[in-house]
Amino acid sequence: MTVRVFIPGDAAAVAVGADDVALAVTAAARRLQAPIEVVRNGSRGLFELETLVEVETSAGRIGYGPIYAHDVPSLIEANFLEGAPHPKRVGRPETIPFFRRQTRLTFARCGVIDPYSLDDYRANGGLSGLERALGLRSDEIVESVKASGLRGRGGAGFPAGVKWETVARANAAQKYVVCNADEGDSGTFADRMLLEGDPFLVIEGMVIAGLAIGATKGFIYVRSEYPHAIAAARRSVEAARTSGLLGAAPGGGGQAFDIEVRVGAGAYVCGEETALLESLEGRRGQVRAKPPLPAHAGLFGFPTLMNNVLTLAAVPFILAHGSEAYAALGYGRSRGTLPVQLAGDVRNGGLFETPFGVSLGELIDDIGGGTLSGRPVRAAQVGGPLGSYFPRALFDTPMDYEAFTARDGLIGHGGVVVFNDTIDLAQQARFAFEFCAIESCGKCTPCRIGSVRGLEALDRVIAHENTDANLAVLNDLCETMKLGSLCALGGLTPYPVLSALKHFGGDFRTARRDTGGSGPDR
Amino acid sequence: MIDEPQFEPWCATRASEIIAGGSGTQDQLLPILHALQAEFGFVHEAAVPLLASALNLSQAEVHGVVTFYHDFRRSPPQGPVVRLCRAEACQARGARAVEQALSDALAKSAETKTPSNVTLDAVYCLGLCASGPAALVNGRPVARLTGPRLSQWIEELIA
Repeated sequence: MTVRVFIPGDAAAVAVGADDVALAVTAAARRLQAPIEVVRNGSRGLFELETLVEVETSAGRIGYGPIYAHDVPSLIEANFLEGAPHPKRVGRPETIPFFRRQTRLTFARCGVIDPYSLDDYRANGGLSGLERALGLRSDEIVESVKASGLRGRGGAGFPAGVKWETVARANAAQKYVVCNADEGDSGTFADRMLLEGDPFLVIEGMVIAGLAIGATKGFIYVRSEYPHAIAAARRSVEAARTSGLLGAAPGGGGQAFDIEVRVGAGAYVCGEETALLESLEGRRGQVRAKPPLPAHAGLFGFPTLMNNVLTLAAVPFILAHGSEAYAALGYGRSRGTLPVQLAGDVRNGGLFETPFGVSLGELIDDIGGGTLSGRPVRAAQVGGPLGSYFPRALFDTPMDYEAFTARDGLIGHGGVVVFNDTIDLAQQARFAFEFCAIESCGKCTPCRIGSVRGLEALDRVIAHENTDANLAVLNDLCETMKLGSLCALGGLTPYPVLSALKHFGGDFRTARRDTGGSGPDR
Repeated sequence: MIDEPQFEPWCATRASEIIAGGSGTQDQLLPILHALQAEFGFVHEAAVPLLASALNLSQAEVHGVVTFYHDFRRSPPQGPVVRLCRAEACQARGARAVEQALSDALAKSAETKTPSNVTLDAVYCLGLCASGPAALVNGRPVARLTGPRLSQWIEELIA
């Protein structure tokens, strides 16, 4: 009997040798004349375990990890194809606390199924959202999304249903659905994982969006830094066309829908929706002034629904299980689940999908298990490079859009980067300006010039030149950038800077023993 | 030893073929630029007027796009292309030390008779944020660049 062996093809697994592991396992099985089928699944999302090799047995899937190619001979010798004991055997992955404690709605299939098998997708609950949607009027679909309380997962947290309704009501000959997969925030990888591990879910979400707003064409804009996700998006779109999930009548419905995959070119600002539209149109990725909203005049001037990957991917669940089931989870006005991404110096780094409301400290200390290096946690940056640095004193903040805003922070796309006690927050604040200067699109003055001047002022502070006067300039400048920038890049760059100054002011006045931030040694 | 990426030498005829492969509308500009770079390793200056004419744009517009996006090279890369992540999550895992170690090794190699060619680019996040420090080498991801893994990686890179 053929044994199914799962070896992730996710970029994070490939980056630590998953392709070599797959080759070694295949070669060994051939030598033993053991019939196996290697499935390149996505990652389940606990990256310290990668490469996590799983074997399908009568007792369920048994995992072994982290496996390098040089571990394969001993795995074979231990008879892992029957799920036998081995020092790296981790048992059934679902029983590992990191996975057991999650509520996976969006990531239910990621790491479990063969990402390119539509049969696998359907057998695990896929397409039931689309089937429901096909039986509804477009305004009923919009109503479901509204009632679920789903908010945009790209960062701004704008109510998704309101956006859908705006585009649905716009009167135009052509409308577009754009899936924003330009996931540029450091510390985030949920879009990448999902595109690589369960791409049909994103396609299903886009098809439903097309039905809701009356669009027949969609684009997935993936950043070029994600070669695996680009390949996955293209391959799954092709497979969806072949099987009829895309084309003249997706899912057997009456409205055509097709998707084109487009690739970014290394500009962080293109994650901003109007810059992304410019980029899709073949121009420099410069931010557009609003109004008009993209919902009224977006891509090529037509009404455009742009949502983040995770927003669109949440929709099939909402349609399949009902708005109430989604809205029943969450905290305050943040409904449903948030795929939290634990990153940086953290022991259990990875994807942790959970209802809103879990505290930052619980995520870092309890679920994350503290640092991987074993050093004390000093700070966490939440929400990407434009997010605030939180000290331990604020670790009681619940994951909730409003709670983070109240503490001068933001959830953004759900990334949490953990830093140990060797980090110098003055250097991190400096990096925030440096990054903004590199990535500014140049359209508005506060961002284009403010980032450069901010960097200069901060360098003088770090060099202890007229510290108080330069700090006053810095605060003033940050205020101008916050209020005067055209988009979030300039508008939010002050957040990491000001939070570092507020909570870690000492780092700006005395030189710390280490400026680098040393990570875990292996 | 890491293989160098193989690119075709610049050829205006081949470039024109690639450019003609699109629909001739402006939104094809980025896909074409990616295709040109995949073929030749960079976007040759001589491609600008070809693109402008094919897409009905001014040369300034095309030049603006080529220079706006960090991805597009204007000269051929030398040796393997290393895109090393400099962003926060990798910083928290020791990326600054990787950057230092790699540039030290390259500087040292430059002193020898046959210096190794490596094109080192900064990149801000590869989505490998719980496995860093991370890099893309000729488009292939590598992570956990610490300790012996890092030394071995650098050794292979500049060998």
